[in-house]
Amino acid sequence: MSNEEISEFIQKAISDNEVMLFMKGTPEAPACGFSARTAAALNALAVEYAALDILPDPRIRQELSALSNWPTIPQLFVNGALVGGADIVTEMYETGELAEALGVDQPAEEEVPEAPAVGAPQTAPIGLENRLG
Amino acid sequence: MPTSEYLRERIETALPGATAQIEDLTGGGDHFRAEVVSERFGGLSRIERHKLVYEVFGDEVGGPIHALSIKASTPEETT
Repeated sequence: MSNEEISEFIQKAISDNEVMLFMKGTPEAPACGFSARTAAALNALAVEYAALDILPDPRIRQELSALSNWPTIPQLFVNGALVGGADIVTEMYETGELAEALGVDQPAEEEVPEAPAVGAPQTAPIGLENRLG
Repeated sequence: MPTSEYLRERIETALPGATAQIEDLTGGGDHFRAEVVSERFGGLSRIERHKLVYEVFGDEVGGPIHALSIKASTPEETT
C-alpha cells in the first residue's frame, strides 16, 4: 500500500464512521494509557464507534497526523471533524460535552473507568490492520 | 533528553505571559503533562489551544517527547 492509499483509507474511515477513533491497540486491548482512557470514555457512553489500531504500520500515524495536523495518538473524530486527543476527550466526558456531541445521555457515574469494564458494550474494531499489514 | 524545565522554558518563551507547570509523568523524560495558563487561549476552542501548545514543539512531539498531555486554561478560568 502506498502512503497515498493509506491516506485515502484514513480519510474514508473518517468520513464513513460517525465516531472514529484512531488509537494504539484496540478497544479490547489498548496498547497505551491515553488510548485506553479515550476508549473507556466512549465505552462509558455506550456509543457505537469504529476504532483503528495505528501500530501495525508507522505510516498510518504519519498520514493521519499530516491530515489532522495533530501530532499525538489517540485522535477522536466525530462527524468527520477532529474532537481531540485523550485530554480533550476526558475533559469533555467529565463536563458532559462529549455525551452532547455524540447525542447520548451522560451516565450516572462521574469518573471515566480506567479500563473498559468486562462485559461493557464493545464495537468490533474495523479490520483495517489486516488490509494494511 | 527533554526535561520538565526545558518544556517550561519553551512554552513560556513561545507564549509570552504564559505560565506552564510541567510534570514528567514517568520520570523518563518522554511522557509529560503540561498545565498551561495563558491569555492567548481566550476565545479559542480546546483543539485550537492544544494545537498552540503542540506547535511550540513541532516534530519533537511524537519524537523525543513521546507524549504531551495538556491542560490549557485562561487566567480567568483558573480563578
